[in-house]
Amino acid sequence: MAIFIDKKTRLVVQGITGRDGAFHAQQMKKYGTNVVAGVTPGKAGTRVDGIPVFNTVAEAVAATKANTSVIYVPPAFAIDSIYEAADAGIETIVCITEGLPANDMMKVYHYLKAKGVRLIGPNSPGLISPGLSKVGIIPGSICVPGPIGVVSRSGTLTYEVIFALTSADMGQSTCIGIGGDQVIGTNFIDVLTAFEADKTTKAVVMIGEIGGADEEEAAAFIARKMSKPVVAFIAGRTAPPGKRMGHAGAIISGSSGTAADKVKALNAVGIPVATSPLDIPGLVTERLKARRPGAKKAGVKKSAAPTKTAKKKPAAKKTRGKR
Amino acid sequence: MKIHEYQAKEIFRAAGIPVPPGRVATTVAEAVQIAGEIARPVMVKAQVHVGGRGKAGGIKYAENLEAAKIWAQRILGMDIKGLIVKKVLVTEATDIASETYLGIILDRATKKPVIMISGAGGIDIEEVAAKTPEKIHKLTVDPRLGLLPYQARALAFTVFRDISLVRQVADIIMKLYEVFWKVDASLVEINPLVTTPINQVLAIDAKINIDDNGLFRHPEIEAMRDPDAEIPAEVEARAAGLSFIKLDGTIGCIVNGAGLAMATMDLVKHYGGEPANFLDIGGSSNPEKVLTAMRIILREPGVRAILINIFGGITRCDDVATGIVAAFRELHPTVPVVVRLTGTNEAAARKILKEVELETAPTLDAVVQKAIQLAGLSEE
Repeated sequence: MAIFIDKKTRLVVQGITGRDGAFHAQQMKKYGTNVVAGVTPGKAGTRVDGIPVFNTVAEAVAATKANTSVIYVPPAFAIDSIYEAADAGIETIVCITEGLPANDMMKVYHYLKAKGVRLIGPNSPGLISPGLSKVGIIPGSICVPGPIGVVSRSGTLTYEVIFALTSADMGQSTCIGIGGDQVIGTNFIDVLTAFEADKTTKAVVMIGEIGGADEEEAAAFIARKMSKPVVAFIAGRTAPPGKRMGHAGAIISGSSGTAADKVKALNAVGIPVATSPLDIPGLVTERLKARRPGAKKAGVKKSAAPTKTAKKKPAAKKTRGKR
Repeated sequence: MKIHEYQAKEIFRAAGIPVPPGRVATTVAEAVQIAGEIARPVMVKAQVHVGGRGKAGGIKYAENLEAAKIWAQRILGMDIKGLIVKKVLVTEATDIASETYLGIILDRATKKPVIMISGAGGIDIEEVAAKTPEKIHKLTVDPRLGLLPYQARALAFTVFRDISLVRQVADIIMKLYEVFWKVDASLVEINPLVTTPINQVLAIDAKINIDDNGLFRHPEIEAMRDPDAEIPAEVEARAAGLSFIKLDGTIGCIVNGAGLAMATMDLVKHYGGEPANFLDIGGSSNPEKVLTAMRIILREPGVRAILINIFGGITRCDDVATGIVAAFRELHPTVPVVVRLTGTNEAAARKILKEVELETAPTLDAVVQKAIQLAGLSEE
């Protein structure tokens, strides 16, 4: 088991004849992902590493029953590519491209939500369910299968964390980069919900950063709905306000979105926040050990806030059903 | 990207939002000439990308040409929060009956544009939001449907009773919403929107922040970029495809990926050092980018050591290593450099790096600690 992608994933690569698209199509195939098609307008009938190329996503879906797409097209065309995939019946769209206009993304977000299509990203490294499937650019070589779920707003920082976990013999169920932009399709709560429902996942590592309030919302969600331990990391403790720190979404606006606020919100509900990514495996081990003898007790103790909500029925099922 | 008030007002004017007449001046003579053309009392307003211009003495009322000249002399060249004023907007002074705040932002939580209006205009809206949030009326707009006229009217009615004013304000709200989309804004703001004693409504201030991701389709906005308002090293970095932010510490940082770059800076601080900068060389980094990154950082006088932290994925470690070697040959760094490279083509990178004199470290924490240690030594 894993979340969002597994052996049933049938992938179409949008922008497969581009430099990045071609390279990563090959890498994903090599990893064992079932890459069934590629799309580049005007290149139908050709092949990239044996993968058949189509003119449109609809044609690719009709011919290959693709259910997942990954987007490597340049930012000026990526918005259109997302709509094309959604309208062609793709269930999960992963957008690697960085630099999509945020206002357009607002429209995309609500269109896809109404349609029940999942979007991961944009500006995401994609995701990997080690040993099963990889969609995107996360290096497969640093991952091993196991019980830890990883969710992050970042790319290379995620690799750093995965590498630390793997080095500590902690394999991963799924590692997912949700993207560094302001408007992203899948947020922390969506992923946490899925990890909570996933049988393989025993603990979750959540990597946040400055900007917005998704980490704070996730903290409240974890306190109310999650029985599995979560360990966090927040990047940007030294970031100055008002500056965009590489990611479009990583900006402290006025006094909101600071790392200090996020760390405080997480700590307030008992989630440890690592100082260095290298401390994460140790914290995960600690949390898992603390859980094992009296897992239920620990769970009760954590959801101190609104105890009325039934915590054994995560909203996970709903979201998953919709897909 | 931020644009100046006078530029935002040009955009407003083109969109049909009423603004008082006025133009930008870079010299005192120009300012006086514009004031003469207006032939009424004017406001002389510093054009710098910083809030609280008024409080800092950068906005002044001039009754006549003589006063306009004196204020233009005083404001041009003035230092406002570290920024030197190089331009002033000379604009007709307006008789004010009431002041209203009107703004539209992208709301990250709902992923929708939110329109905010408040009768408590002309002052710091963040302060109003924090202390008396009930004084701000908000409307979340469905981005696919757009703003409907009745919604704009309803918003206007929250502040105004007079139907003539309501109509004018509703019309301005509709037009401001159009501007928000047209220029790929992340924020548009009129603070204050004023009514005059004869019931006219005017935008006497204007603020527009543009989403950098939308700039590729707005060459006309890109042309508004004011190089004087930006830090030169940051401009150079952007041109090279690097994401660079100058800080004041001693440890220069070169990292691939924004999150890892932030985490590296945070660890520098954690272990007792001070980062000199944020620098992300981006994904598929060619050696040239590394060279530029080194050049920019070596120019910073406070830098005592350079830390290079690369986790190879799409970024190939051998490319980075080639860039580092080129930088050593071309720039001859006089401060110690410590490198940690791991991931794609790591072994090849190691071989390349043997050509130059530098320290290496195996992990993130190790490279940070080493850099701090070397910076301390080079200070002595």
